[in-house]
Amino acid sequence: MAELQVEIVAADHFVWSGAAKLVKGRTSNGEIGILPGHVPMLAVLAAGDLEIDPVSGSRFSVQVDGGFFSVDTDRVVIVADNAVMAESAAAGTR
Amino acid sequence: MGAQIRVYRQKIASTTSMGKIFKAMELIASSRIGKARARVSASLPYANAITRAVTAVASQSEVEHPLTTEPESIRRAAVLVLTADRGLAGSYSAGVLKQAEHLVELLHSEGKDVKTYLVGRKAQAYFDFRGRDYAKVWTGGTDAPDFETARELGKILLQDFAEEFEAGGVDEIHVVFTQFKSMVVQEPTVIRLLPLEVVEGESETPADELLPLYEYEPEPEQVLDALLPRYIESRIFNAMLQAAASELAARQRAMKSAGDNAKDLIEKYTRLRNNARQAEVTQELSEIVAGADALNG
Repeated sequence: MAELQVEIVAADHFVWSGAAKLVKGRTSNGEIGILPGHVPMLAVLAAGDLEIDPVSGSRFSVQVDGGFFSVDTDRVVIVADNAVMAESAAAGTR
Repeated sequence: MGAQIRVYRQKIASTTSMGKIFKAMELIASSRIGKARARVSASLPYANAITRAVTAVASQSEVEHPLTTEPESIRRAAVLVLTADRGLAGSYSAGVLKQAEHLVELLHSEGKDVKTYLVGRKAQAYFDFRGRDYAKVWTGGTDAPDFETARELGKILLQDFAEEFEAGGVDEIHVVFTQFKSMVVQEPTVIRLLPLEVVEGESETPADELLPLYEYEPEPEQVLDALLPRYIESRIFNAMLQAAASELAARQRAMKSAGDNAKDLIEKYTRLRNNARQAEVTQELSEIVAGADALNG
């Protein structure tokens, strides 16, 4: 199965990047889950938790204050104003 | 002891202590440069991601957005000048101010009003001394800018941009800052922030790679509304970080040459002091000899 290349960046630092099976976030319209093969999209993130299910390691969440994310051909770039990793996120960081 | 020798001794002592200060400042600047450069590169992923997204939206959608459309006539321009808080950085602040002067002259010759925003105490002092007007000034922390300042700057500039001309609004925004090219080359640069000129070459997208046709959530207008202020903030923040790295590099270089000069001066004064001492000894000796001769004769 294809996988997503996820990249999370905050304004002044790099947060996380890696391969993932699922990314869940909250947009201004509601929750959205992104699986591999998702149509390209550009959406505004609302404040809340992002959930990321990496290929290796266990699911973790990242708290964001807002921002936006783009999806194109299985590449997910999350641009957060301020991102705080929840615990156990170190696994899978590279 | 002769008066001349004492003067040379004093000069040597004061130059030595100044040399120590220069050396300390050079060391401080060089220890901070690494961090400043790391911050420039840490802000790059964000800037790249945001530039890519803005490029995609601006080049594809047929959305009319005030931030991307060029107004018919530009009557007033905002100029943001990024300088240092402290001196002792060679021509760093002077270079930026000179560039800003050129820009202001150019804008005036095009018949535009100029509204100036300053960052750094050096710019403030320059404008105050000449009795020039400026809209707002930010001081403090120019060698380690934080994102909050960039956000505040972006917010104020965007507010002005949204205002009507009659109410004091501006039609375009320029930023004058020092681009950090390498440790030895820093160049005062002008960029136009708004109206947006999305330069695709700036993002790291190869030209042949097609930008995907995005779906927007919620509507393209709202996405642009959310995206563009962030883009502006990130450009300003990037400019501030580059300016900070340039400031430190300029200071390091200035302090290095000041330290070298101090060393040269100390050497010169030491020679002169020895000379004066020797002259005194010789004079005393010849006086004694002359005195003895007079007694014997």
